[in-house]
Amino acid sequence: MDNDNYLLRMVNIDKSFPGVQALKGVNLNVGYGEVHALVGENGAGKSTLMKCLIGIYSPNGGEIYFDGKKIENYTTAQALQMGISMIHQELSPILYRPIMENLWLGREPINKFGFVDHKQMYKQSLDVLKEIELDEDPRTLMANLTVAKMQMVEIAKAISYNAKLIIMDEPSSALTEHEEEQLFKIIRKLKESGTSVIYISHRLSEIISIADKVTVMRDGRDVGTENIENISLDQIITMMIGRTMDEMYPKLKVNIGEPILQVKNLSHRKYFKNVSFEVRRGEIFGIAGLIGAGRTEVIETIFGIRPKSEGEILINGKPVEINSPRDAIANRMGFLTEDRRATGIFSVLGVDVNMAIPNYDRFVTKFGFVNERAVSESCMKFVNEIQIKTPSLTQKIQNLSGGNQQKVLMARWLMTEPDILFLDEPTRGIDVGAKAEIYKLITMLAADGKCIVMVSSELPEILGMSDRIMVMHEGRVTAILDNGPDITQEVIMRYATGTENDFKEEYRGIYAKE
Amino acid sequence: MQKNKFSFQNIFEKYGIVFVLILMIVLMSIAKPSFRTMNNFLNILTQSSIYGILALGMTLVIISKGIDLSVGSILGLSAVIAASLGQSMTASNKYFPDMGELPIIIPVIAALLVGSLCGAINGGLIAFTGIPAFIATLGMTTIARGFAYIYTDGKPISTLTPAFKFIGQGKILGIPMPAVIYLIMIIITWVLLNNTRFGKRVYAVGGNINAAEVSGVNVKKMLFLIYTYMGLLAGISAVVSTGRMVSAQPGLAAGYELTAIASTTIGGTSHSGGIGTVWGAVVGALVLAVMRNGMTILGIHSYWQQIVEGLVIIIAVILDMRKNARKK
Ligand SMILES: Nc1ncnc2c1ncn2[C@@H]1O[C@H](COP(=O)(O)OP(=O)(O)OP(=O)(O)O)[C@@H](O)[C@H]1O
Ligand SMILES: [Mg+2]
Repeated sequence: MDNDNYLLRMVNIDKSFPGVQALKGVNLNVGYGEVHALVGENGAGKSTLMKCLIGIYSPNGGEIYFDGKKIENYTTAQALQMGISMIHQELSPILYRPIMENLWLGREPINKFGFVDHKQMYKQSLDVLKEIELDEDPRTLMANLTVAKMQMVEIAKAISYNAKLIIMDEPSSALTEHEEEQLFKIIRKLKESGTSVIYISHRLSEIISIADKVTVMRDGRDVGTENIENISLDQIITMMIGRTMDEMYPKLKVNIGEPILQVKNLSHRKYFKNVSFEVRRGEIFGIAGLIGAGRTEVIETIFGIRPKSEGEILINGKPVEINSPRDAIANRMGFLTEDRRATGIFSVLGVDVNMAIPNYDRFVTKFGFVNERAVSESCMKFVNEIQIKTPSLTQKIQNLSGGNQQKVLMARWLMTEPDILFLDEPTRGIDVGAKAEIYKLITMLAADGKCIVMVSSELPEILGMSDRIMVMHEGRVTAILDNGPDITQEVIMRYATGTENDFKEEYRGIYAKE
Repeated sequence: MQKNKFSFQNIFEKYGIVFVLILMIVLMSIAKPSFRTMNNFLNILTQSSIYGILALGMTLVIISKGIDLSVGSILGLSAVIAASLGQSMTASNKYFPDMGELPIIIPVIAALLVGSLCGAINGGLIAFTGIPAFIATLGMTTIARGFAYIYTDGKPISTLTPAFKFIGQGKILGIPMPAVIYLIMIIITWVLLNNTRFGKRVYAVGGNINAAEVSGVNVKKMLFLIYTYMGLLAGISAVVSTGRMVSAQPGLAAGYELTAIASTTIGGTSHSGGIGTVWGAVVGALVLAVMRNGMTILGIHSYWQQIVEGLVIIIAVILDMRKNARKK
């Protein structure tokens, strides 16, 4: 067989888990110095295929050729030695250790006595961090970094193996725009030096701009590989979901009613000051801004996750005291958190429990027992409605693909039938088809008279869904805009970067004490 | 190490337990002059050495997100075996009646081997069968203890060689041997944890076992080695303990695992893994030793001592957790 033209050939790969056949005869060929995009819906099998390649899973069938040689039965450590490294979809840093120990874990530099050479480690780390232009002391604890910076460290680590092939499984989902550009620069540099990259992302526009080739997966099969010049975004989407897409942002015309949630001069000791806004019945209220602007912190404070230092929250015109998420839920609020792993899923529990957990009260029979059948029925309804891909309701949620985990969490809060629903990056890591589904759900909730507050870093999503948009910059509100044709990404970016500001300091000074 | 601002609050949060130790020593010194003697300080150091050595290994175990309940029993088993090989000719009840006096190195090596072997069995079970450390070492607790009783038929083994006695009661440059051995083990463990690949990976395994795995760390081997080292330290501790009493009995060191865990915990090692230091374990062990010694000198009844000890452990951990929570 002729393997010389390809760095990597994966032939007819099969992989099954109890109850799921995740991969069914997948083929993937990656050339030398090629950026190869791998796309597909949530649960299509992209991560599984890559885990087979890096040696975390061993495939049930098929063959892998790397650099002209057949490889089989190897561990991750051996894969790294052969020249395959990987940025994993789920962030996995050692939090309470310094950056440099994270970078060199598993291959710490040692001196001639066999002791770890900290100086060398420090120096090498500086070099690697410089390459990705991350300005941090290598001795800083990982726990003190933002999520975006942790991700940059992961990227630095994958590069530092000097691998022939680097797998990037959704490397950009936690990055800000600036860092994303950085990543693309790095990928171009890698390419020039002959390194191949497999790039997985749900942001298809990225793929058009960075990849040479794209392979589309659907339901555990590869449905085609194309040169990127020969294919359009719409064609990729059609291949992914097996049909053409209807409208991405299916916004319904909704009559906006009276204010439901009012926030007055809300401040937090550390993260933001004097945030005031109101959200009305049937409204979708978007909050935009750069990472670190304090958007998440604002809604976390309203929901009682963080203590406020000042300010007032009113629901239906009445002041409410919310000191914990329990209080918030009692006031019919729901909150889809940003960090799925840390504050979302119960990883070893089933899909059903994960969905029903804040809802058990209403499934209790008059004898005080949980009516399991009602729970299942309710869960099943959501599984079908937002197309959650799971072999059964009792499947452990950790075995679902990332996007499907997110859908389960969305369903959790929809089930509580909240009046006010906070969504923090609701579609992070979710495929286009499912995104459209989730948008449809959000719109229907709004039409149903609920308030939706949505924090998002994806401007198209903010622009496509919101009725009004609040923009924040460094803990301050810089604008509250009525969405309309004249509101573009550029307009929002101007407010988000603080170059423009509708709420100047003097103005705020009138009614707020600093 | 970090770009931390230098402030009293930071220093206090990081080294709070050291301040507690100093405060205890100062208060005791004022209250009772007899506490202040050099002799008493050496006494405290010697007292803390036996479970202090255990706490060193326990630090590695807990950093790796594990636990070892069996160290007291392993200590007991190692001790009786060492004692049986270290009896002097004059002993009235010789375990091996026809055997002459052996050089001290034989019983010492025997203790270290027995300890390491038990630890290796713990580590092997945890690494290769995947059963939780709590269960594996719980099993080892009663198994090792059972063997100790079978080996001795329930009777103490006494009258050991002068060399053995020297290990427990001798002095070098005025410092008691147990303290010397303790200091050596502190240094070895400190270097092991901070300056070797092994040490870095102990933190990695506890901090995020998946990350360690995908970074090419042999996690199974790591777990195996961590518990083996713990067993080795239990063996060393057994030698010291046997030397101090110039005898060993099969019930020796029951409950020492809890003191070792307490020392480690007071010293700030986190049971959620990935966080902990050797000096913390040393200070933790000293806090307990000073407290016990001080309360005894003050004439506080031992029943009350137990209650105070429990409270101190709980309060230390609450303070430690507040330190981490404050960062939010
Ligand atoms: N360890 C596991 N046990 C059981 N099922 C699994 C396991 N890992 C993955 N699966 C299943 O295999 C299928 C493919 O999952 P995979 O994570 O590869 O999808 P993906 O294409 O990476 O999706 P996403 O875009 O959401 O990350 C899914 O149906 C998932 O539920
Ligand atoms: Mg994936």
